[in-house]
Amino acid sequence: MLNHEKNIIELKNITVRFDGETILDDLNLTIRDGEFVTLLGSSGCGKTTTLRIIAGFLEPDEGEVFFDSKNMNGVPAHKREVNTIFQRYALFPHYNVFDNVAYGLKVRHVPKDEIRERVMEMLRLVNLEGFAKRSVAKLSGGQQQRVAIARALVLKPKVLLLDEPLSALDAKLRKDMQVELRNIQQATGITFIFVTHDQEEALSMSDTVVVMNEGKIQQIGSPEDIYNEPQNAFVADFIGESNILDGVMKEDFKASFSGHTFQCVDKGFTPGEAVDIVVRPEDVDIVKPENGMLRGTVTSVTFLGVHYEIIVDIGGFKWMIQTTDYAGVGDTVGLSIDPDAIHVMKKSKYSGLYGDYSTFSDEMEEMNQMSEELAEEYAEELAAQRAEEEEEEKDDASGGSAEEGAGT
Amino acid sequence: MKNRTFLQRIIGAPYIFWAAVFIVVPLIIVVYYSFTDAAGSFTLDNMKNLSDYGQIFRDSILYSIAATAISLILAYPFAYVMSRKREKTQQIMMVLVMLPMWMSLLILTYSWMNILERQGIVNTFLSKIGLSPMTLIGTPGAVIFGMVYNYIPYMILPIYSVMSKIEPSVLEAAEDLGSGSASKLYRVILPLSMPGVVSGITMVFVPSVSTFYISQKLGDGKILLVGDIIERQIQGNYNYNSGAALSFVLMVLIILSLALMKLFAGEGDDSLYV
Amino acid sequence: MKKTIGNIFVGLLYLILYLPLLVMVVFSFNAGSSTSVFKGLSFKWYVELFTNSTDVGVPVRNTLILAVISAVIATVIGTAAAVYIYYVRSKLWKNTLNTVTNIPMMNPDIVTGVSLMLLFVFVGRLVGAVNSLNFFTLLIAHITFNIPYVILNVLPKLNQTDPHLAEAAQDLGSTPTESFFRVVLPAIMPGVTSGFMMAFTLSLDDFIISYYTTGTDFQTLPLYIFNMVKKPVKPHIYALYSIIFLLVLAVLLFTNISGMKDKKEKK
Repeated sequence: MLNHEKNIIELKNITVRFDGETILDDLNLTIRDGEFVTLLGSSGCGKTTTLRIIAGFLEPDEGEVFFDSKNMNGVPAHKREVNTIFQRYALFPHYNVFDNVAYGLKVRHVPKDEIRERVMEMLRLVNLEGFAKRSVAKLSGGQQQRVAIARALVLKPKVLLLDEPLSALDAKLRKDMQVELRNIQQATGITFIFVTHDQEEALSMSDTVVVMNEGKIQQIGSPEDIYNEPQNAFVADFIGESNILDGVMKEDFKASFSGHTFQCVDKGFTPGEAVDIVVRPEDVDIVKPENGMLRGTVTSVTFLGVHYEIIVDIGGFKWMIQTTDYAGVGDTVGLSIDPDAIHVMKKSKYSGLYGDYSTFSDEMEEMNQMSEELAEEYAEELAAQRAEEEEEEKDDASGGSAEEGAGT
Repeated sequence: MKNRTFLQRIIGAPYIFWAAVFIVVPLIIVVYYSFTDAAGSFTLDNMKNLSDYGQIFRDSILYSIAATAISLILAYPFAYVMSRKREKTQQIMMVLVMLPMWMSLLILTYSWMNILERQGIVNTFLSKIGLSPMTLIGTPGAVIFGMVYNYIPYMILPIYSVMSKIEPSVLEAAEDLGSGSASKLYRVILPLSMPGVVSGITMVFVPSVSTFYISQKLGDGKILLVGDIIERQIQGNYNYNSGAALSFVLMVLIILSLALMKLFAGEGDDSLYV
Repeated sequence: MKKTIGNIFVGLLYLILYLPLLVMVVFSFNAGSSTSVFKGLSFKWYVELFTNSTDVGVPVRNTLILAVISAVIATVIGTAAAVYIYYVRSKLWKNTLNTVTNIPMMNPDIVTGVSLMLLFVFVGRLVGAVNSLNFFTLLIAHITFNIPYVILNVLPKLNQTDPHLAEAAQDLGSTPTESFFRVVLPAIMPGVTSGFMMAFTLSLDDFIISYYTTGTDFQTLPLYIFNMVKKPVKPHIYALYSIIFLLVLAVLLFTNISGMKDKKEKK
C-alpha cells in the first residue's frame, strides 16, 4: 500500500513575507508518502508557517504547493486532504468528546450510523471509549490531546500535520505520547509532518528531520545523519552539544585545529581550505597531560549524574567535555580525540557564532563581564556591613557587661 | 500573507457604513451648524455669542470638578474595602453597586427631589422635631450631590476592577521589602490602580459637565449649566446654530480636559469599564 | 478596628445609594397622591397601573419595542463588526475603527443626541420633510449608541477564544462561513448575550439622546417622566419602577446564581 518512493507533498520555491519581513525564503521541500517528517527549529524559524502553507491556512507570496503532483495553490483548507493537530488542540468547547470527533464526518454528510461506528472505533484507538459524552473542558491535557488526534484521524487523511502537539504536556506524559504517536503513525501508515522546537523529540520520533532557521532549511536527513554529519555550525550547535573550532584542512584525512594536526575521516576539501571542526563533548577523552594531543586547564566541573561536564580552557577556547573521569578545577589535563570523532564542515555564515562554552547562551555572554565586577563589589560591601554589625554587637556586649559590673 | 476570507472582509461593511453616517457625519454637521446662520451662510456670530455664557461654562466645570473629586474620595476607599473582601462578597457588593444604574437615573433624581425639597421628607422630619426647615434644593451643593449620586458607580467600578486584579503576592512582596500599610497604599496600590482612577474620572466628569436634568431638578431651575443652555437653545428657541456651537465647544472642552488629565496621570487606560 | 471603620463607611455609602430607591418603594404604597407626604398604606397606585386608568401604558410599550428592536439590530451589526475588527491586519485601520467606536461612549450623551438630531434635521430639510424626527430617527440613534457596547462585549471574548478554532473547523472540512456559525459564534455567545443585554438596558434607560432625536408621536418612558416636570410626579410611576426594580433584582439574582453554579461545575 505504501510507496515510499512516491512524493506526496512538494513545496517549490516557497516565499512568504509579512510586514516586510521574510518568513520563508525560497524554500524547497519534498515529503515522501508514509514518512514521519519533523520540522525542527526555534521559534520564528518558519516551521509553523511551512505547516500552515501545507494546511492551506496561508497562501505563499511566491512558489507552488503540490499534493500528489497536483498544484494546490488557491485550494482552501477545507478542500485539502490533510488534517491538523493544533498546538492547544483547538477542541470545540461547546461540543462533547463524541461531537468533536464526529465534526468532520457530519460536515461531509456521512450517514449517522457510520458516523457512530467510526467515531467509537477512533475513541477505542485512542483509549477514550468511556468518554464519548464527556465535555472536553473536563478532560486532562493528555485526554484532550487524544481527542484532537481522534478528531483528525477519523477522516482518514493522507497527511497529518502536528503543530507542537506535545508542548503543553508534562515531561513524562510527553514521553508516552511520543511513543504513542510513533505507534499510530506506523500502524496507519499516514504521513506525519511534525513541528517541534525540541531536538530530542525530533531525533527520537522521526524518519526524516528538517532543521530550519531564518526561513531556510539548514539540513534534511535522518536523525543519525543530522547528529553525526551536521552540515554547518548552526545545525551542529542546535542538535546536541558541540565544540566548534576554526580549522584548516591540510590534506585529505588531516585536519589542523587548536595548534595540532589530527587524523580524521573526512576528505574532498581543497588542501589548505579553512573549515569548521565539530567535536562532540562525549567523544573527547581526558588523559594525562603528557599523553594528550591538546593540553589545557580545567575551569569548571559540574556533576550531572551520568557523567561530569568539564570545561577545559585551551588557548582561550573553552571546550566542553562529558566524561565519567573526575578532574579538579585548576588541574592541567590532556585531551585525546579519535579520528572518527572529528567532523569537518564547510565554512558558512554561522561560522564563529557557536561552539565555545564560555557561556551556554548568547544572552548570558553579553551580561557576564559586567555582572562579575558588580558581584565582587557587592560581596565586598556585604562583608564590610557584616563586620560593622559584629563590631557594634561587640560594643553592646562590652557596654552591657560594664553596666552589670557597675550594678553589682 | 493573504488569507482573509471573503466573509471576514464584508462582515464589517454594515458597521463601517453605520459609523460613517451616524457617528462621523453628525460631528461634521455639528461643526457646519456652528459656523453658519439659520440661512446656511458662513458666520462667526455663534461663536462670538458664546462669550455670554462664560459664567455658565465656568460653573459647569467647577461643579463637575467638585463632583468628580468627591466621587473619587468616596469611591477609592470603597473600592479598596470591596477588593479586600471574599470573592463571593465582592460579587454581591458589585451587583449592589450596579443595581441603581439599571434603574432609571431620572426616577432616582426625582426621588431625591422628594427627599430634599421644601416640603420634602427631610424638611417634614425637621419641622416635626421642632427645627426650622432648610433650603436644600436649588443650591450648588444639591446639584453637585446629584452628580455624585448619579455617577459614582462609574468611579467605583473601574477602580475596583483594577484593584481586584492586583496580585496578592505583589502586596506581600511590598511587605516583605519593608512597607507598612501606609507606604503599601502609597507606593504600590495607588500607582497600580491609576488606570482605574483615570477612567473613573473620565466617566464621572464627562456626564457631569454635560448634564441638564440634574441641574433642572435638583437646581430647581436656579442653576444653569452648559447642558441647560444647549437644551434651551435647541428645544426651546429652536436655535440649532447656537446649540451646535455650544455642543461643539463643550466637546472641545472635554477633549482638552481629558488630554490635560492624561498628561498629568501618565498613560491611562482608554478602554471603558462598564 | 480598621476593618470596622471600612465596613461602616461602605454601609453608609450603600445607604445613600439606596435611599431614593427606598423612598420610591415606600411612596409607591402611599394612599395619598403626594410623593413626599405619606398618608397611609395602599395598593391603589398598583391597581391603577394595571387597570389602564393612567396613560403610562403607551410609553411603556414604546420603550420595550424600541429597546428590543434597537438591541437586536445593534447586536447583529456590532457582533459582525467585532469579528471584522478582530481580523483586521492593518494597525492604522484598526486604530481608526476603535477610535470611531469610542466616540459615542466618550462623547457626552447630549452631544451625541444633538449631533444626530442636527443630521436628521439637515437631511429632513434637504428632502423637504415637515417633521424630520420620528420613531425611525429615534431607532437609529439608539442603534448608534448601542453598537459600541456590543463590540465592547464581543471583542474580548474573541480575543479569549483559541485563534485556531475556526481553522480547526476548516481543517475538518467546513467552509469559512460554516466554521464561523458552527464554531466561532457559539464560542463568543456569552459576549454576544451580554452585549445584547447591555444594549437592551441602555436603550430602556436612555433619556438624553432620546430627548433630542424622537418626534412628537413617539414617547418613551424616560421622556414621559421628564415631561411630568410641570405636574408633580404621581406615585404610580414609583409603583411602576418598584416593579421594574423587582424584575431587575430577579434577573441579577438569577444570572449571578447560575454564574456561580457554572463556576462550581468547572471546578
